[in-house]
Amino acid sequence: MRGATHAKWAACAVAVALAATACGGGADTSGGGSGDGSGIVRSSWGDPQNPIEPANTNEVQGGKVLDMIFRGLVKYDPKTGEAQNTVAEKIDTTDSQNFTVTIKDGWTFSNGEKVTAKSFVDAWNYGAHIDNKQNNSTFFSNIEGYDEVHPESGAAKAKTMSGLVVKDDKTFTVKLSEKFSLWPQTLGYQAFSPLPQAFFKDHAGWLKKPVGNGPYVIESYTKGSGMKLRKWDDYKGEDAAKNGGVDLNVYTDNNTAYTDLMAGNIDLVDDVPAKQLKNVKNDLGDRYINQPALIIQTLVFPLYDKNWGKDGMEKVRRGLSMAINREQITKQIFQDTRTPAKDWTSPALGDKGGYDPEGCGDACKYDPAQAKKLIEEGGGLPGGKVTVTSNVDTGSHRDWMDAVCNSINNALGKGAVCTVDPVGTFADFRSRTAQFKWTGPFRSGWQADYPLIQNFLQPLYYTGASSNYGKFTDKKFDDLVDRANQESDTAKAVEDFQSAQKLLGDQMPAIPLWYQNGSAGYSENVGDVALNQFSVPVYEEITVN
Amino acid sequence: MDLAMTEAETLQGSTGPTGAGPEAKARSLWSDAWHQLRRNPVFIVSALLIVFLVLIAIWPQLIASGDPLKCDLGKSEQGSAPGHPFGYDTQGCDVYTRTVYGARASITVGVCATVGAALLGSVLGGLAGFFGGWWDALLSRIADIFFGIPIILGGLVLLSVVTSSTVWPVVGFIVLLGWPQISRIARGSVITAKQNDYVQAARALGASNTRMLLRHVAPNAVAPVIVVATIALGTYIALEATLSFLGVGLRPPTVSWGIDISNAAQSIRNAPHMLLWPAGALSITVLAFIMLGDAVRDALDPKLR
Amino acid sequence: MGRYVIRRLLQMIPVFIGSTFLIFFMVYALGDPVAALFGDKAPDPATAARIRHDLYLDQPLWKQYLHYMGQIFQGDFGTAFNGQKVTELLAAAYPVTLRLTLVAIVIELIVGVTLGVVSGLRRGRAVDSSVLILTLIVISVPTFVTGYVLQFLFGVKWDVIRPTVSPDAPFGELILPGIVLALVSLAYVTRLTRTSIAENVRADYVRTAVAKGLPRRRVITRHLLRNSLIPVITFIGTDIGSLMGGAIVTEKIFNIHGVGYQIYQGILRNNAPTVVGFVTILVIVFLLANLLVDLLYAVLDPRIRYA
Repeated sequence: MRGATHAKWAACAVAVALAATACGGGADTSGGGSGDGSGIVRSSWGDPQNPIEPANTNEVQGGKVLDMIFRGLVKYDPKTGEAQNTVAEKIDTTDSQNFTVTIKDGWTFSNGEKVTAKSFVDAWNYGAHIDNKQNNSTFFSNIEGYDEVHPESGAAKAKTMSGLVVKDDKTFTVKLSEKFSLWPQTLGYQAFSPLPQAFFKDHAGWLKKPVGNGPYVIESYTKGSGMKLRKWDDYKGEDAAKNGGVDLNVYTDNNTAYTDLMAGNIDLVDDVPAKQLKNVKNDLGDRYINQPALIIQTLVFPLYDKNWGKDGMEKVRRGLSMAINREQITKQIFQDTRTPAKDWTSPALGDKGGYDPEGCGDACKYDPAQAKKLIEEGGGLPGGKVTVTSNVDTGSHRDWMDAVCNSINNALGKGAVCTVDPVGTFADFRSRTAQFKWTGPFRSGWQADYPLIQNFLQPLYYTGASSNYGKFTDKKFDDLVDRANQESDTAKAVEDFQSAQKLLGDQMPAIPLWYQNGSAGYSENVGDVALNQFSVPVYEEITVN
Repeated sequence: MDLAMTEAETLQGSTGPTGAGPEAKARSLWSDAWHQLRRNPVFIVSALLIVFLVLIAIWPQLIASGDPLKCDLGKSEQGSAPGHPFGYDTQGCDVYTRTVYGARASITVGVCATVGAALLGSVLGGLAGFFGGWWDALLSRIADIFFGIPIILGGLVLLSVVTSSTVWPVVGFIVLLGWPQISRIARGSVITAKQNDYVQAARALGASNTRMLLRHVAPNAVAPVIVVATIALGTYIALEATLSFLGVGLRPPTVSWGIDISNAAQSIRNAPHMLLWPAGALSITVLAFIMLGDAVRDALDPKLR
Repeated sequence: MGRYVIRRLLQMIPVFIGSTFLIFFMVYALGDPVAALFGDKAPDPATAARIRHDLYLDQPLWKQYLHYMGQIFQGDFGTAFNGQKVTELLAAAYPVTLRLTLVAIVIELIVGVTLGVVSGLRRGRAVDSSVLILTLIVISVPTFVTGYVLQFLFGVKWDVIRPTVSPDAPFGELILPGIVLALVSLAYVTRLTRTSIAENVRADYVRTAVAKGLPRRRVITRHLLRNSLIPVITFIGTDIGSLMGGAIVTEKIFNIHGVGYQIYQGILRNNAPTVVGFVTILVIVFLLANLLVDLLYAVLDPRIRYA
C-alpha cells in the first residue's frame, strides 16, 4: 500500500502545520464508556421529516421507530426478506382479488387495548382518507373504494373504503379493485400497521408519544434531539427484545455520529459516512457491516424529451451505460459499499425473489470501444453533449457524478462532452423531476417498500406509473407486468417480471448504476448487530455485553 | 519569510519619522503615499508575488503541461509519482495541474469580489458615517437586512437561476453579501476619524464636504477597511468553495482552489496532500495581499513617515 | 442619548417587515416544498394538493405573506414539517446558539486582542510573523478540517473532552466548538487590533502618557487599547450574524442543534415558517448588537456624541 504510506506521511505534515502533535494510525478507540449497565443500546438517529405515524412516515428514520413499536399482519424476515405471518393467522384468497384476513389471539397494544380486525380496518381507512393527508395513502389505492375516500380532486365522497369489511373481532375481508397475487406480501410495509383507538381519540397526544403493539414502548420522545425506547415486557410476539431498550440520539451529521462511536459515546451507527469507509477496518475491525439492501441507484433518461426519446436513441442510451466503469467507481468512490448493478432490481431479493444477474447483460458491462460504436450508430449524443443531474445536498452524489462523467469522457475520447449539473436542494430536484423538466439523464434512487421484484419494476417503468419519471412506455412491458400480477403462482409471477425486465435491457430507459448496501458500525458494548433488507438495524436482536 | 517593516518600533523608542523623503515638498497626499510605497521592501515583495500569481492565472500552461480535466479514477487519492509531484485527488486528477489551473478562477473571484465589496462598502459606509442622520439610518438598516440573509439561502435562490458558467455571478453574489460588513467597518472608522481635531479645524475653515472626506477623513479611516478587505479576500475564495459545495458556485469544467479544497476537506484523514497544495496556494495569495495592504496602509499613515 | 436609542428601536419596525418579506420571498422562490415530502417516490397529486392548500401554498405570494404575518401577530410562528411548532424550535435552538456565540466572542476578544496587541507592539519581529502565519493557516484551511481534526484529537485520540455536545449544551462542552467557530474571526480581530495599535502607538496622547511616566501596562490598557478597539468592536458587531446563523459547519461537526442547523434544515426542506422565524429573530439580534456597538463608540471615544 504505497498510497497509504504517502497519505500517512502527508497527514503528519498537515498535523504539524495545524500545530497539532502526534501522528499515528488513529485506530485506538477508547473502548470504555460501557452503557449504564441495564443493557441499553445507544444508537444514532436522524430527525424524522414527518410526524411519526404509520401511514405518514415514508423515510428510514421514522421507519426505524415504527419498526420497533409496531407489528403488522406480516413481517419480513430480516435475513431472507420472506414475508411471514405475524399478527395474521392466515390470509386466504381464491381469486387473488378477494382476501380474508384472520388475526391471531392475544395481541394487545402497549396501552392494554386489544388488537382486533377493527384496529387494522380503521387504521387503513384513516391512512387512505384524503382529509388526513397521509404521505403513504397510495399504498391503499388498490383496495376497492379508495377513489371514494381519496378522489383525484375535490372532497371525499365516503368515510371508509367499501373494500374493507370487519366480519368479527378476528376477521376482516379485503376486496381489491384488480387482481394482485402478491398483495399479501406487501402487507409488511409499515403503512399497514394496526392503530389503537387512542390514536383516533387523542391524535395530538398520540403523536407526542406513539403507542403500538411492537416489542418496544416509547418512554420519552424529545423532538429534534432523541427518543428513549424500552423493552415491552408484555410483548406477545416471538421476536421480543434481547436488550433493555434503545436510545436514539439525533445527530446533525453522520460523520459526527461516527466520531462519537469511536469515542465510545454511542454503540451503533447505521450510516457510515462515505469518506470514513477507508478507515473503517482500522477503526472498528470486524465490527462493521456492509450488506446488500433493497436500494438501487439509476440514471433515468428523460424520454419525454425528443432528443432522448426518439427511435434509434436506445443505442445511444445503451452506449452511455457501457461507457460507465461501475467496478472502478464503486471501488474508488464508495469503497465497495455499492455493488455494480447487473439488473434493475436488487441482489437482496435473492434468486428466488427475482434478482437476475444477467438482467442487464452486456449493456451494463464496461466496454468503451463498444460504447463509442453504439453511440455513433445511434446518431451521437444530442448536440454532442450530455448533462448528468442530481441534488447534491445529501449523499456523496457530487463525487460519483464527477466520476461517471470522467468515465464517459475517457471512454468516448472527445473531450469534456459529459458535464454535471448539480442541484442545490433535494426539494428543488424533486419538483423539477416531478414536472418533467430535465433535458439529460438524472439520478433516481429507489428503495423498495417491500422485498418484491414487482416494487422495483412496476412503479418505475409501467406506462403512467407514479414514479415513472422518464415517461417510459412499452406495450410489451406493460402486458407482462399485468400478466405477472394475475398469476396466482408466485414463481410464475416472478418469471414474468423477469422477462419484462429483459425488455428494459434493450430500451435502456434508465441506466442501472449500482446497488446500495446498508452499512453500520458498532461498539464493543453490543453484539449480534444485523441490518435488515431496508438497511435498518434489527434492534430487537442486539445484545448488550 | 522576513517581514521586516520599515522599522521596528516600541513604545519608548519611537521618535517619529525617519523614512520620510528629505525633499518633503508640498506633494499631494496620494502621490506622497506612492513615493513612500515604492521604496518599501514589503511592497516590492508582495507586488512581485502578485505579478507571479496573475501570470499563472492568465497562462497556467507556463508551468503546467497537463490537462486539469484529464483524470484516471484508478489513481484515486494516490500520493506523488514521477511527473505528478503533488499526487492525485479523489477523481484521480493531477493535483499539481489543478492547483495551477485553479489560480485563474480563484484569484478572479477573490480579487474582484474584494474590490467590489470594498468599494461599495466603503463608499456607502463612509457616507453613512460622515453625514449621519437619515443617511446613516437608511444605509445602515439596509445593510442590516442584508446581514440577515443566510448565505446558503441567498446562494440557492440567486445563483441557482444562473446557468452561466463564468465566475461573474459568483463574484456579484459575494459582493452583494459582502459589502455590509465592510460598510459597517468603514462607517465606524469614519465616525472616529471625523472627530479628529484637524477635521474639525478643516470644517471650521470652511472646507467642502468632498474635500474633507477625501483629504482628511478617508486617509485616516482606510486602515481597518484595508485589513478587513485583505483577509476577506481569502475568505471569499473559500466562500466560493462553500457555494460550489452547495451546487450553486462555479460549475465544471471551471477549476478552482475552492472546489479542490472543499473536496479535499472530505478526505482529510486519508489524503491530506489533496488539501495541502490548494490551501497552500490560497495562503500565499492571501499573504501577498495582506503584505500589500500593510504597505499601502503604512504609506497612507502620515504618523509613520 | 435616550432619544437616539428610541429612534433606533423604532427603526426596527420597517427592518422587521422588510426582512421578513425578503426572506419569505426567497424561500418562496426556492420552489415547492411538497414534492420533497414524499422522498424518492412520486407525490400523490390529491394528497399533495391538500397539503399545499392547508399550508396556504396554493395562494399567491402576497396572500401567503399576509396570512403568515397575521399569524405572527397572534404569536403563531407556524410549524415545521415534522409537526413541531417553530416557537418550540426557536426556544430550543436560540439559547444554545447564544451560549456558543458568547464563548466564541470571548475567545475572539481575549485571544484576538492579546495577539493583536503583542504583534502590533512588536511589528516585524518573530512574534509578529508567527501570528501572521497562524492567520494564514486559519484563513486557508476550511473550518470543516480544523473542526474535524481538533475534535478527533481531543475527543477520540486523547480522550480529554466529549467529542460532541449533548442536547443541553453546557458551557464546558462548548469551548472547543467555540474555538473552532472563532478561528476565522480571530484572524480579523488580530489583524485589526494589530493595525490600530501600530497606528495609535505614535499618537500624541500615548507619547504624553509615556512622558508623564505612566507605567507601560497602564499606557497600553487605558490609553492605547481603548482607542484602538473601535474597529474591533465594529467587526465583532458585524460578526455576530455569521457566528449565530452561519455556524452550520461547526454545529454539524459537534452535533449542536442550534440556529444555523435549523436554518439549514429549513432551507433544504423549503420550510418558510422555520426559515423566516429564525432569520427574523437573527435580524433583531443584529439590530440590537449594532445599536450596542454604536453606543460603545461613545463610551470608547468620548468625542462621539449622539443626539
